[in-house]
Amino acid sequence: MIVRIMGEGQLELPDSALDDLNAFDRLAELAVDADNESAFAAALVALHDAVRARGVVLAGDVLAPSDVVLPPVGSTVADVRALFDGDGMVPG
Amino acid sequence: MSLGKRLSALFKGDDEDDPQRELEVSYDRQVALLQQTRRGAADVATSRKRLELQLRQLEARADVLHAEAVTLVGAGDDDRARVLLTRHAGLLAQIAELGPQEAQLRTAQEQLEVSVQRLEVKVEAFRSQKDALSAGYTAAEAQARTTTALAGVDEELGDAGFALQRARDRTEAMQAKAQALDELTALGAESPGDAALRRLQELSGGGVDAELARLKDARPLPGPLPTKELS
Repeated sequence: MIVRIMGEGQLELPDSALDDLNAFDRLAELAVDADNESAFAAALVALHDAVRARGVVLAGDVLAPSDVVLPPVGSTVADVRALFDGDGMVPG
Repeated sequence: MSLGKRLSALFKGDDEDDPQRELEVSYDRQVALLQQTRRGAADVATSRKRLELQLRQLEARADVLHAEAVTLVGAGDDDRARVLLTRHAGLLAQIAELGPQEAQLRTAQEQLEVSVQRLEVKVEAFRSQKDALSAGYTAAEAQARTTTALAGVDEELGDAGFALQRARDRTEAMQAKAQALDELTALGAESPGDAALRRLQELSGGGVDAELARLKDARPLPGPLPTKELS
């Protein structure tokens, strides 16, 4: 599957990584629900790190849509509320 | 709707019946956004350089005021030294506010420059794919490849557009803050009134008195004027 980290680009990950990403995504969701900025910032960094650790950067000239799009580093709880409908960032 | 679809929708034009026409329309949009992003990066760079220059000037003025205050303390003129130290404190407050803003603009500028580079590669890839699709594919193949390429490039455009908007928001926030600081600039002006000096002394939270006391302690008695000391 293809994951985009906004502001950075796309990475290709094995489909088996989805469960791991969902675990990190739940932490981020909890932080958003609790309006906890510092917990959200930490969860987002962890999610980005998890994607980078499990994926390889997609060649720049590949034109393909992503299965998962993650907000950029430095996003706030309010930014993410504006971007998502509250179903978490990773589908499934 | 997933963020990917929403990101694509941000920059997706009207659906065209003719796939070739759709590719051309999308390509024009990509080129236009690439130009906008380049201009955005240049604008942020200009704002950042202006802010950096402003900071250097404030620092230089602060150094001069402090050096003059040291001289006055050496000459025993505490009252005038206090006025200069108060103006010095006002400048330091401005510098403390503007420094992080400059760092933020630097980050925004770097992000936009990366965004421009990524977009350039995508637009070029799209262009060659568009030209290749014009010949040699069956209608069904061409349609499938067109759909994927368009979805991929629309998402990239959405991401670049988002970065551009974010950088613009940051620049505007910085400019608003710089304007709010004009009050402090006025307070630190050449001949501030008594009210302005009192306000600055409040803002410095006793810092002016502490600095005056420190300079008086450091004053060599008797002797030549102390040399300029920067802390």
